[in-house]
Amino acid sequence: MRSTKDSEPRLRVDPIACQGHGLCIEAFPEMIGRDPWGYPVLSTDAVPQHLMRHAERAVSACPVLALRLAR
Amino acid sequence: MTTTHRLTATGPYYADLATHLSFHGSLPERDPAWIVEAVDRSGLTGRGGAAFPTGRKLRTVAAGSRRSGAPVVVANGCEGEPASAKDRTLLLKAPHLILDGIVLAARAVGADETRLCVHEDQNDVIRTLRRALGERRAAGASGADVEIVTVPDRYVASEESALVHLLNGGPARPLATPPRPFEKGVRGRPTLVDNVETLAQLALVVRHGADWFRTAGTSDAPGTTLVTLGGAVAVPGVYEVELGMSGTELLAVAGGPAEPLQAVLCGGYFGAWLRSDRFAAVRITPRSLQTAGAAMGAGIFLALPATSCGLAETARVATYLAAQSAGQCGPCVNGLPALADALTALALHGDRQAPATIAALSPYVTGRGACRHPDGAVRLIASALTQFGDDLRRHAGRGPCAGLNRAPMLPVPAAAAGVPVQV
Repeated sequence: MRSTKDSEPRLRVDPIACQGHGLCIEAFPEMIGRDPWGYPVLSTDAVPQHLMRHAERAVSACPVLALRLAR
Repeated sequence: MTTTHRLTATGPYYADLATHLSFHGSLPERDPAWIVEAVDRSGLTGRGGAAFPTGRKLRTVAAGSRRSGAPVVVANGCEGEPASAKDRTLLLKAPHLILDGIVLAARAVGADETRLCVHEDQNDVIRTLRRALGERRAAGASGADVEIVTVPDRYVASEESALVHLLNGGPARPLATPPRPFEKGVRGRPTLVDNVETLAQLALVVRHGADWFRTAGTSDAPGTTLVTLGGAVAVPGVYEVELGMSGTELLAVAGGPAEPLQAVLCGGYFGAWLRSDRFAAVRITPRSLQTAGAAMGAGIFLALPATSCGLAETARVATYLAAQSAGQCGPCVNGLPALADALTALALHGDRQAPATIAALSPYVTGRGACRHPDGAVRLIASALTQFGDDLRRHAGRGPCAGLNRAPMLPVPAAAAGVPVQV
């Protein structure tokens, strides 16, 4: 419960589960960058409505289910 | 200003139950609401490093019990910091005060289960606790049923979610959070994880009241705290001091500087360096240390001589911290060794690129692990680069300075065993 904006969907990664496969980065480069070791760096902004389909594709691309959309 | 004896009232040796009771008196009968209220008003904050208000934590855990069953109290005596000796000292000298605190905290939150976690390689601590529990059993005193849990000796194993993970039958590694232990901890129950010194302080608050507690320290940082004073001070050791004294007064407690100093590492290996002129004036409270860019942490202060190399010292610690990663999160596993290597390359070989490398990599490490281990390491390295700016310019392109000829001042395990302990 950080702010009222938390009802908007944001990308979250479980840092322990994430293995740095990088598929999410390819699926959604608009809001997911790559760190120097290949792990995803998520934008902390809410995912805008017109990019939701990309975000959902990135979530389902993760082979270890480390990425999710949190509301 | 000198030391104050509250936690350490019973002196430098093991206080058995009779000695403990003769100094502190018997445990008063207080109901849960009274305990929570007194701890709240005392202003006691966690002494394990986070300085979170203890009263608020008690309230949260007690409230959670209505939803998820009777809470569990976990006393954290693991002391992951290699440079710290205060929890170990308290466990060896005044275990009954800690056990009192566990009993009272359990009463406050309505817990029916209590554990005390210590490192598995500290045989003397484990023996001492068994002896103390035996005395309680023989006397029919409360707290005889506190369960001693031994934890593998690894830096992040004493992180609170790692302790809960271990108590749930898993390896002692941090969990991705939330939920935090106070919401959902041991077997899904609300779990109060408090440092052993915090619990001992709580036992004194319940005995003597919030107003008494506040007669030491300052209004925003009341009470006393245990500190580990090390490095180039005349008499290194563990001391109990009032919060709010100046840096100069704090060093005087350990007999003052043993030689001219250049900086003091505040808050241990999760903390930061302060140049000695700035440290001299800073107040020893969590808030003022934080304002100065450092940290109180678990009360560790290490004095660095003018003739030591701060960059090399920090590089050694950074290398140790990189090796202590639980190995779970990519940015920590990859980032900490890269940062430690860059700092080492600067300190030992004068690598000109190192400061830029560190500046570029650090943002990819901070805040990206499941626990705060990587954040602490990055903060330590960053503080070395800002506080030892002159050294940095001297090293870049030239290589090691004369300070490298000195024996290391900051203990990393193997060396840590030699920290003398005094009360």
